[in-house]
Amino acid sequence: MIRADHISKTFDGREVLKDISVEFDTGKTNLIIGRSGSGKTVLLKSLVGLHEVDKGLIFFDDTCYTKLGFRERKEIRKDIGMIFQVGALLDSSTVRENVRLPLDLFTEMTEGEKRDRVNFCLERVRLQGADHLYPSELSGGMVKRVAIARAIVLNPRYLFCDEPNSGLDPQTSVVIDNLIHDITKEFNITTIINTHDMNSVMEIGEKIVYIHEGHKWWEGTKDDILLSDNPELNDFVFASAMAKRAKSVAR
Amino acid sequence: MIKLFENIGRYFMLMGKVFSRPEKISIYRRRIWFEIEALGFNSISLTAIISAFIGAVVALQMAITLESPFIPQFMIGYATREVMVLEFSSTVVALILAGKVGSNIASEIGTMRITEQIDALEIMGVNSASYLILPKVVATVIFVPLLTLFSIFVGIVGGYAIAYLTGIMLPGDYVEGLFYCFEPFSITYALVKGAVFAFIITSISAYCGYYAKGNSLEVGRASTRAVVAGSITIMIFDLILTQIMRV
Repeated sequence: MIRADHISKTFDGREVLKDISVEFDTGKTNLIIGRSGSGKTVLLKSLVGLHEVDKGLIFFDDTCYTKLGFRERKEIRKDIGMIFQVGALLDSSTVRENVRLPLDLFTEMTEGEKRDRVNFCLERVRLQGADHLYPSELSGGMVKRVAIARAIVLNPRYLFCDEPNSGLDPQTSVVIDNLIHDITKEFNITTIINTHDMNSVMEIGEKIVYIHEGHKWWEGTKDDILLSDNPELNDFVFASAMAKRAKSVAR
Repeated sequence: MIKLFENIGRYFMLMGKVFSRPEKISIYRRRIWFEIEALGFNSISLTAIISAFIGAVVALQMAITLESPFIPQFMIGYATREVMVLEFSSTVVALILAGKVGSNIASEIGTMRITEQIDALEIMGVNSASYLILPKVVATVIFVPLLTLFSIFVGIVGGYAIAYLTGIMLPGDYVEGLFYCFEPFSITYALVKGAVFAFIITSISAYCGYYAKGNSLEVGRASTRAVVAGSITIMIFDLILTQIMRV
């Protein structure tokens, strides 16, 4: 479980997150949705510790992450996997080296054990044959899959994904969504995905938090979205004509 | 002025992170070798070409300037050696490397910053400053003094070659000048300067890249800042070291 308790964040006098309290459940695919510039990426990066919050507390299970020092945070970060919007693979390393890096740095595994673990993770994301390639030689979908493999290589308890589908075609997006969802269930991870892809919401969203102008505006399940009367949420979710028709059918 | 002090403060805080205890020594050792190859070996040819030509030009200029029956010819070899050892091979090579290696480091780390690769390392629990910058610092501090020695040697050979090829002086006189009043401490002085300048080049350019923000334009600006700030700092420390270690 990850919990944010009344957190706020300001950049250059502009309050981007405004008193947000939210809880993300273990073993579920939790989604943060919202318009561009609504503060969802800042929320995700604040939860993971890349931004320090100005006010409020963040808990990882029973541990108050906000109050921890650098060394204690480092221990929790070994339990965190993160998939960035652009993949964020190390350009100078091959796919295998990228996935293997956390094992090299934080485990005492033998060479054979590391090789097996990397092979397992690459097979899990269906990239067995691409281990010798460099990030510049990969397609967008492959980059995301390598990022997933790297994120799960240390068996994380928490998985953060910042717009994992951005720049991908609809079919590849579904593949990535399902992969993240399956991994969440398989390893009982607390997964938080930051997205504005409505397909993802309808495919894998188990708990959805809508951020609007820095506030937590709404939360619920994907079924609740279809029946919600919240005007801002409806404006965002059912912006397209097709989505509006889907809602009327659902009702 | 406030911005300058802010930058100096942030620079020292970054260095504090860089020199904190590394995650795993074996990984760092491997990265140091990689950086020695990337930053050091790849600078050999440039250093060789520039040093050979400067050595030749210095010898030629000295021969023209010191053309007098009252000045012995071996003074040309002596002057060439002094120029190469005391100033050129450490300072000028450092300035050249500030351009080549400095911009390379700033743009590499700056690109990693804006493409969130540094954030990815931080999330993994890696001390990104130490992991990315320490191997570069160690590699250059080891390699640049060696490059300085190499530059001295190539420069002196360049001077000898011009003496031999043009006949402006007897090569024997040139060699005699090379050993005239030789002070071995001057080599130590050149090596110390090389090591200090290497640290300046690497740490300042890494600092500029590490705090790059925004887009590719900013990476370019960080790269330019690294070269300018590195070059100015080298000149300031050249003055300080020359005063402290007067040969």
